[in-house]
Amino acid sequence: MTYLPNIIFAVLLLCGIGFFIKNISRLRRNINLGKDVDVTDNKAIRFKNMARIALGQSKMVVRPIAGFLHVIVYVGFIIINIEVLEIIIDGLLGTHRIFASLGGFYDVLIGSFEILAFLVIVAVVVFWIRRNIIRLKRFMKPEMTGWPKTDGNLILYIELVLMFLFLTMNAADYQLQSMGAEHYTQAGSFPISQYLATLFEGMSESSLVLVERTAWWLHIVGILCFLNYLYYSKHLHILLAFPNTYYGNLEAKGKFKNNKAVTQEVKLMMDPSADPYAAPAEGAAVPEKFGASDVTDLSWVQLLNAYTCTECGRCTSECPANQTGKLLSPRKIMMDTRDRLEEVGKNIDKNKGQFVADGKQLLGDYITNEELWACTSCNACVEACPVSIDPLSIIMDMRQYLVMEQSSAPSDLNNMMGNIENNGAPWPFNQMDRLNWKQEL
Amino acid sequence: MQTELKVPTMAELSAAGQKPEVLFWVGCAGSFDDRAKKITKAFVKILNKAKVSFAVLGTEESCTGDPAKRAGNEFLFQMQAVTNIEVMNAYEIKKVVTACPHCFNTLKNEYPELGGNYEVVHHTQFLKQLLDEGKITMEGGQFKGKRITFHDPCYLGRANNVYEAPRELIRKLDAELVEMKNCKKKGLCCGAGGAQMFKEPENGNKDINIERTEQAIETKPDIIAAGCPFCNTMMTDGVKNKEKEGSVAVLDIAEMIASAEDL
Ligand code: SF4
Ligand code: SF4
Repeated sequence: MTYLPNIIFAVLLLCGIGFFIKNISRLRRNINLGKDVDVTDNKAIRFKNMARIALGQSKMVVRPIAGFLHVIVYVGFIIINIEVLEIIIDGLLGTHRIFASLGGFYDVLIGSFEILAFLVIVAVVVFWIRRNIIRLKRFMKPEMTGWPKTDGNLILYIELVLMFLFLTMNAADYQLQSMGAEHYTQAGSFPISQYLATLFEGMSESSLVLVERTAWWLHIVGILCFLNYLYYSKHLHILLAFPNTYYGNLEAKGKFKNNKAVTQEVKLMMDPSADPYAAPAEGAAVPEKFGASDVTDLSWVQLLNAYTCTECGRCTSECPANQTGKLLSPRKIMMDTRDRLEEVGKNIDKNKGQFVADGKQLLGDYITNEELWACTSCNACVEACPVSIDPLSIIMDMRQYLVMEQSSAPSDLNNMMGNIENNGAPWPFNQMDRLNWKQEL
Repeated sequence: MQTELKVPTMAELSAAGQKPEVLFWVGCAGSFDDRAKKITKAFVKILNKAKVSFAVLGTEESCTGDPAKRAGNEFLFQMQAVTNIEVMNAYEIKKVVTACPHCFNTLKNEYPELGGNYEVVHHTQFLKQLLDEGKITMEGGQFKGKRITFHDPCYLGRANNVYEAPRELIRKLDAELVEMKNCKKKGLCCGAGGAQMFKEPENGNKDINIERTEQAIETKPDIIAAGCPFCNTMMTDGVKNKEKEGSVAVLDIAEMIASAEDL
């Protein structure tokens, strides 16, 4: 009797989980680089939103085909993970199919895992075809080249391989069970893998054990690798969709937040009795800048948004600016935000926890003025997002920076704003003429 | 039937010691834009006919600040807001109705934090209420059987979830309401929002209002109904661009009701 496999398993498991924890803490650190916002209100409504949108996938099914397939993969992965629990216990204790004692219920469990695994394979294949053969427009946009494209396909390959390993392991097991091999107790039902098992007919017991063990080990190692792949991938949404929908905006979509620091200033200007030299009220520190030019000017919820983005492109495909050939793509806004945040995070890692200026920022180096000025603030992107991301809020914060810090609005807009300032209307009409329409019959 | 419009101002009423039930916020487009002024007048005719106690701010009204805020000038927006709020609060305004979804959204959602708390309704909601209360009737019959498609203004629909009031009014006109392929939550912008109205569009392969007008024309409408002066301009331009102005009219819902009532 040797404990070597148990020890190897325990070490692998610890490494996998250890790295994962490290990734998560890096993620938390980066998200917390954002400005604080208070989202502690309305807990009940927030939980409901999370249950409905993330757990219940309510916004995914707005597009029925993609939605249906996604639900399969999603349910498949959650349920098949119960099997992972058994694999971990078996691996640590050196047992085999420890839950087999559940008897008939175990048969149902394994049987449904297999059917789900099969459905996941079908869904993944269709997803792959949509991305690579049909080449759906929203997956073919300029921001979807390079890593994002590879990432999208890699996820599908990994899922495919994991499902095949799972079924191979079961098929070999099934074959061994029917041969009455020692250690392989009769347990489980194998509605799908029994067909695979026919491939193994005539193989010796020892080769079958080799197949079964190889598939078993690769499967669990694959899962641990996948877990650590998340941080580098759009697949992170399987975790972050939950907090992100929880912290999603609860107000009317048309309500853009009022900048509190500006309110202070305006009040001072409007109130003749206010002492402009008075020390600012406690906690009302003057902000170093208005609006956002880099990720650290955004709120942590906006940064969480960026990490949650699934790169599905539903936002971009509904965007009127993008539909008419403008450079703006709300998905790219989110991807740029994440990429820049990663860059800032790596910079901090490299410089012992301190950010060292790198002469770059989100504005200009990632997102151009032209993109920002093309937005009509129509909220179509916000409405379309299946995980409650708000690209529009980032666009507006960056416009605020452009105008209030750089005075770099397009000249037409400067004229419009000049008019409002001088005559209280965006056009050059006198405020005293505002009621003239009454006379013009 | 062309009677003079009765348009009392808050200043006049308050000098006479009166308070109207509702303030009609005309907005910049409604005050100055030639096309939008027609909507303003149509709405006032309905208000007069229904004997609604209302007033306007007239020369005391100023831009809500919406285009400034959406362009990124938060300072100018808040200056406008605070000034307007001071005026409205001095008149102790409780309820506001406006025919502009941008004014509607800003007054309703962004003014409260700055001290302006009013019940704000869009004119389609207000008209719907007048209809429910029997204060207006819509039996003109001139829209009977007409194909009408409604273009959802972003700041009324998605921004504030008002989809039904304008549609119910159209149905009440005995018209055939036909929906575009993008409607309600998925409505496509006309291209004017977010201060785009006041600038040239960025480079692309098409103008947004053309895209939207094509969607509207696909429904083979007699009338494209709008509920926003800016959408109205955009769709009117789009229809002209498609050389359809002979067969497709772009009308505000208030204009349709006013003409159904023969006002
Ligand atoms: S709000 Fe801006 S980015 Fe979002 S869909 Fe509309 S135009 Fe596009
Ligand atoms: S922001 Fe939302 S809709 Fe847009 S790509 Fe990301 S997940 Fe999809």
